[in-house]
Amino acid sequence: MIQNRPESPVKYAQAATFLIAAFMSLTPVLAQQKSSQDAINEYRQSLQDGNPADLNAARGEAYWKVKRGPLNKSLEECDLGLGAGKVKGAVAVLPKYFADTQKVMDVEGRLVHCLVTLQGAKREDFSARTVYSGEGQKASVVEDLVAFVYDESRDITINVPQTHKEEKASYERGRQTFFFKGGPYDFSCASCHSEDGKRIRLQDLPNLTKPGPAQAAFSQWPAYRVSQGALRTMQWRLYDCFRQQRFPELQYLSQTSVDLITFMGVNANGGKMAAPALKR
Amino acid sequence: MNKVARTLVNSAQTAIIIIATLMVLSACTSLPTPAEALAAIKGSFNERGIAKLDRLDQTEIQKICSEVNASGKDLDKPTRERIEKNVLASIKYPVDGKFIGDWREGEKIAQNGRGMQFSDAAGVPNGSNCYACHQLTPQEISFGNQGPSLLKYGSLRQVKDPSSPDSEAIVKYTWGRIYNTHAFNACSNMPRFGDAGILTPAQMKDVMALLLSPDSPVNK
Repeated sequence: MIQNRPESPVKYAQAATFLIAAFMSLTPVLAQQKSSQDAINEYRQSLQDGNPADLNAARGEAYWKVKRGPLNKSLEECDLGLGAGKVKGAVAVLPKYFADTQKVMDVEGRLVHCLVTLQGAKREDFSARTVYSGEGQKASVVEDLVAFVYDESRDITINVPQTHKEEKASYERGRQTFFFKGGPYDFSCASCHSEDGKRIRLQDLPNLTKPGPAQAAFSQWPAYRVSQGALRTMQWRLYDCFRQQRFPELQYLSQTSVDLITFMGVNANGGKMAAPALKR
Repeated sequence: MNKVARTLVNSAQTAIIIIATLMVLSACTSLPTPAEALAAIKGSFNERGIAKLDRLDQTEIQKICSEVNASGKDLDKPTRERIEKNVLASIKYPVDGKFIGDWREGEKIAQNGRGMQFSDAAGVPNGSNCYACHQLTPQEISFGNQGPSLLKYGSLRQVKDPSSPDSEAIVKYTWGRIYNTHAFNACSNMPRFGDAGILTPAQMKDVMALLLSPDSPVNK
C-alpha cells in the first residue's frame, strides 16, 4: 500500500473527487445492468465464507491417520502417486498410471485401492450406493478422505500426465466418450459442455474442451453442494451428469469415469486446485 | 556375393528394419479405436430402474453425429441431406388433424424437467423442459440459451389463427421440429420429443398451443 500512496494530499483529494463523481454518474447504469446472473454470482461469493467441507476434511484427516479396518492400519503408507504417505499435490497430478495396479487411476480409485490393500476393506463394498451420501446425511469415509486429500493441494498447479501409453489411451477414450451421444434424449457430454456462454436455465455450463473453463471446473471439484447439504466428489459429478443425460447408472470408479476425468484434467492443465469448493 | 545381390540384401535388411520400427512405434503410440472406446463405455454402466443398458446402443444418427462432433468438422452435405430427408418422411402427424391443444397445459409441460432419468418412476408423464434451453413466455426469466429464443414464436410468424389453412405450413413445420428435429438439422442437440416417446401426441398439442396460440403469453 505504501508504494501506491499519492505524492501529495491535494492530488489525492483531486483523484478521490474524480473517482466519486465518476462512480456516481455510473451507479444508476450499473444498478440497471445488474442482472439475475450478477445476483447469483453475489450469492455464490457470499457462500465462500465458511465452507462446511472443512469439517469433511478434518474428519478425513482423522480417517487417514487412525488405524482402522480388518488389518488395523492407517492410510499413512498410501501412495497417491507421489510416493507413500505424500498427500500434498497428489490430486493435481491424477489420474495417472500406477505400475502396481497397471492401471490409470483417479483420486477416488486410488483411495479405495489403499482402503482395500492397506486396511483390508472389501472392494465390492464401494459402490455408487454406498459411497455417495444422501442429501443432508452423514458423509461416507471415502467422501471425507476425498475432502482431506484435495484440501491439502489447494493452489497447486494441475499437471495431469500424458507420458505413459495408458495415460494417452485414457485421454483418447475420454475424448471419444465426451462426444458419445446415446439414450432417448440423444445427449452427449458435449451437448452441454462444448460451447462458450451456454446455460441450462440460469446455470452456466463450462465449455470443457477449452483450458479456461476446464480449469475452473476441474479445480473446483469435489465441492460442498449447499442445495444438497453434502460433499460431492468428481465421480459423483459425472454420475449425476449421466443421470440427467438419461443414460443408465454410471458405475463407481468405472473406466468411463476415469477416462472422462483424465480428459478433463489434461484439458485443465495449468490451472490451480481450489477444491473442495462451495457450490449452490 | 556380386554387387546386385549385395544391393538386394541391403535393401531387404533396410525394409525389415523400417517395418520393425513401424511396428514398434505403432505398438507404442496406438490409441484406442472407436470400438475399444465403445467397449469401455458399455462396461461402465449398470441398468437401473427405467434406464436399461440398451440406451448405450447408438442409433445411426447418434453414431454419425458423435463422430462428427468429435472431429470438430461439419457433417458432409450428402449425409446431412439423406438424414434430414429420411427423418422428415418418418414424422407422424396427428391422426385427427388437430395440432393445437391448451397453452396452459403446454406451459406446465414446458416447465417440467422430469422424465426418463433412472431416478424417475415409470408411468408418470414426462415434461419437455423447454425452458432449460429456450426463452418462451416473458414472465419466466429462468431460461437457458442452448436453443434460440422462442419469445413471440407465433406472432413473429404472423400466426393469427393456427387452425386456418394460412397457418398450415408453419404449424406442420413446428410439429415436425418438436416431433423429430433431425428432419431440419441432422445433428441438432434437441431431443426427439415425439419420435423418442418423450411426450404423448396430446402433450405435444399443448406445447404447440403454447408456441402458436395468439392468446398464449409467448405471443403477447
